[in-house]
Amino acid sequence: MIPELGHFALILALVLSLVQAVVPLVGAQRNSMALMAVGRPAAQGQFFFIVFSYVCLTWAFIQSDFSVQLAASNSHSATPIMYKITGVWGNHEGSLLLWAMSLSLWTVAVTVFSRHLPDAFLARVLGVLGMVSAGFISFTLVTSNPFERLLPAVAEGRDLNPLLQDPGMIIHPPLLYMGYVGFSVAFAFAIAALMSGRLDAAWARWSRPWTTIAWVFLTAGIAVGSGWAYYELGWGGWWFWDPVENASFMPWLLGTALIHSLAVTEKRGAFRSWTVLLAIGAFSLSLLGTFLVRSGVITSVHAFATDPKRGLYILALLVIVIGASLLLYAMRASKLTGGGSFAFVSRETALLGNNVLLTVASASVLLGTLYPLFLDALNLGKISVGPPYFEAVFVPLMTPVVVLMMFGPFLRWKDDDLVAAVRKVAPAFVASVLIGFGSAWAVDHVTWRTVLGLTLAAWVVLASVQLLAGRFKERAGASVGARLRSITAAWWGMWLAHLGVGVFIIGVTMVGSLDQHLDVKMKEGQHAELAGYTFVFRGAVDADGPNYDAARGIIELRRGERLLDTLTPEKRVYRAQGMPMTEASLDIGVFRDVYVSLGEQLADGAWIVSLYYKPFISWIWLGCVLMGLGGVFAAADRRYRRLAAREAAAAGQRVAASA
Amino acid sequence: MKARSKRLMLVGGGVVLLFAAVALVLSAFQQNLVFFHTPSEVAEGKAPNGKTFRVGGMVEEGSIAREPDGITVRFAITDTAKVIPVSYKGTLPDLFKEGKGAVVQGRLENGVFQATEVLAKHDENYMPPEAAHAVEQAQKAATTLSQ
Repeated sequence: MIPELGHFALILALVLSLVQAVVPLVGAQRNSMALMAVGRPAAQGQFFFIVFSYVCLTWAFIQSDFSVQLAASNSHSATPIMYKITGVWGNHEGSLLLWAMSLSLWTVAVTVFSRHLPDAFLARVLGVLGMVSAGFISFTLVTSNPFERLLPAVAEGRDLNPLLQDPGMIIHPPLLYMGYVGFSVAFAFAIAALMSGRLDAAWARWSRPWTTIAWVFLTAGIAVGSGWAYYELGWGGWWFWDPVENASFMPWLLGTALIHSLAVTEKRGAFRSWTVLLAIGAFSLSLLGTFLVRSGVITSVHAFATDPKRGLYILALLVIVIGASLLLYAMRASKLTGGGSFAFVSRETALLGNNVLLTVASASVLLGTLYPLFLDALNLGKISVGPPYFEAVFVPLMTPVVVLMMFGPFLRWKDDDLVAAVRKVAPAFVASVLIGFGSAWAVDHVTWRTVLGLTLAAWVVLASVQLLAGRFKERAGASVGARLRSITAAWWGMWLAHLGVGVFIIGVTMVGSLDQHLDVKMKEGQHAELAGYTFVFRGAVDADGPNYDAARGIIELRRGERLLDTLTPEKRVYRAQGMPMTEASLDIGVFRDVYVSLGEQLADGAWIVSLYYKPFISWIWLGCVLMGLGGVFAAADRRYRRLAAREAAAAGQRVAASA
Repeated sequence: MKARSKRLMLVGGGVVLLFAAVALVLSAFQQNLVFFHTPSEVAEGKAPNGKTFRVGGMVEEGSIAREPDGITVRFAITDTAKVIPVSYKGTLPDLFKEGKGAVVQGRLENGVFQATEVLAKHDENYMPPEAAHAVEQAQKAATTLSQ
């Protein structure tokens, strides 16, 4: 009964999304307040029904109701409660429902926090979001009904994929989806601006905090996913350039370009068409990402030949979204010209260069991800594009991005002097080249990659210090507190995020250059050496869990005579599917991780043990945390709230005057 | 006029930069493509010598053997028609089993495939598409021959 209620609630949500897609838009066109006002309650009602529907599905998982197909395939009565709940989105159908719920949550957030927007504009934003929502909910209902019954019911479920039974997987998908879907708000704002023909700086200002928050979610989602891959896949890598990862990285790159381009549009009125295109592009890549990950096209394009309904539906959705928005763009492009002019040496140019490079980087990931799929689909042979390609592309593309990032904040808007700018930047650059060479030499690894990475990282850190000092000097007479208060949250956001890039580069460079790895065969009492550490194998014991059997290795980590930690990597076999799993064990430190995983047991009782030494690897995620925090600061800037208050007051006056 | 020539310079510079970036991407792409071959193609000498490529198929029953060091492992990949011996140093994926699908990446040296990477299934229901493809091709070839 409950699954049917959930199904029915989802149908009601679809009806409301259609109302939300049509009525406010008609209202905006006819200038009818009554019709426009429908958008808000429709969005909120839709949210209620989607959440209700989602709770019904979760209930089926918690209750182990295996007459629901989805629960039977992705849950098990012995699965821990946490993984029963997260198992809801560990599959195609449930994750679509999560997608729709995130979209609805963003839409409700827009109705709550955008009261100050002009009614017609808000109506159009809600209309566009309603269309996207209708597309996704109907896709879910027509092709991927999560409430499908399994009759007769089975006695026991097949359990959630063991790889997904991990705390990282509890928060990774919701974060990622909030990021993906969040770009739909930036998209809706851009489309609403195109519809209204009002393409001044105002829409950029309205859209900026939303875009930044979406970017923060996406950054956090990708970082958590990478952390999960690092400790859960059992071989110590943190990024694999896997199509699933690329699917989230493409919108991130374009989203990063978008938040910078929005800054130019807001401050200077320039780059207007470019910003609109980026907003459309970032959202299209989010859709594409969902498509790639959830359609099964990656595992096999031929899976589509057997069940093309899903693929065709979502492909049609993609074509409609991209096609319709580009058409609208083409119709309105003539209105997009103008804006502040700028000289060759200016902050605008630095940001433009960074935008172009990020877009090319995004396109290169798209090429590497889709080309093998195309070839395969057309039966032209099978190829794979691995990490060497992406590394060969990313180092040369991202190096100038970082260099431009070093110049940008020192350059003035509109026009600046090249000599003066170089003079400001040069001391930090020279110092960082010295630091780069010096530290590469100190760690005894002088290769061009290491030197380049460490130089860039040192430059980012030094330039950050220099920027902060410069900002401090601006109000020489004032107290320290007053000086700190005079710096805006937006500026702190930029500063933190850029510093995060530097920290990230340190992590990537150090792990890439200095990590060590050893596979050894170990018997009880034997020891191995790696990177100055001694690993003593104390044998393996049984360590069965609620839904798996496991052997747990006991490995002492020693430095000389001192015992640092006892590591306990596990080899598990999940009972429901008989699926083996490697659970690594880590000794985490600020400057290095020691990572141990258990291979197979050999006939003579010895174990294959993989030992890894990962210097500075946590700096990768620390960098991501700083970037995300930067985004939070930027979005929390007071001027958005002041602006909202002012515009609300102005709207109030208009209402009063017209009354 | 001056503003115009400045603008042209900016656009020109941008286009040059864009072309350079695209050229870089495409050349890197071409150099780093990894092609896939079935064991039959490898046996016919169609696979490149001394270049990295992928082979996929089933891990032959009874072929897995550990060298005395415990780390080097030998096995064979087959598409049911031809068999390619493989040598690999390191830990095997959890789902690597005899009689199941696997894909290996590496180079051919003296008739033995020196693998640098071994990929197995993601879960019990799923076979690497390349492995499935290889077996399918070989079986197709076999039926054509017997006709």
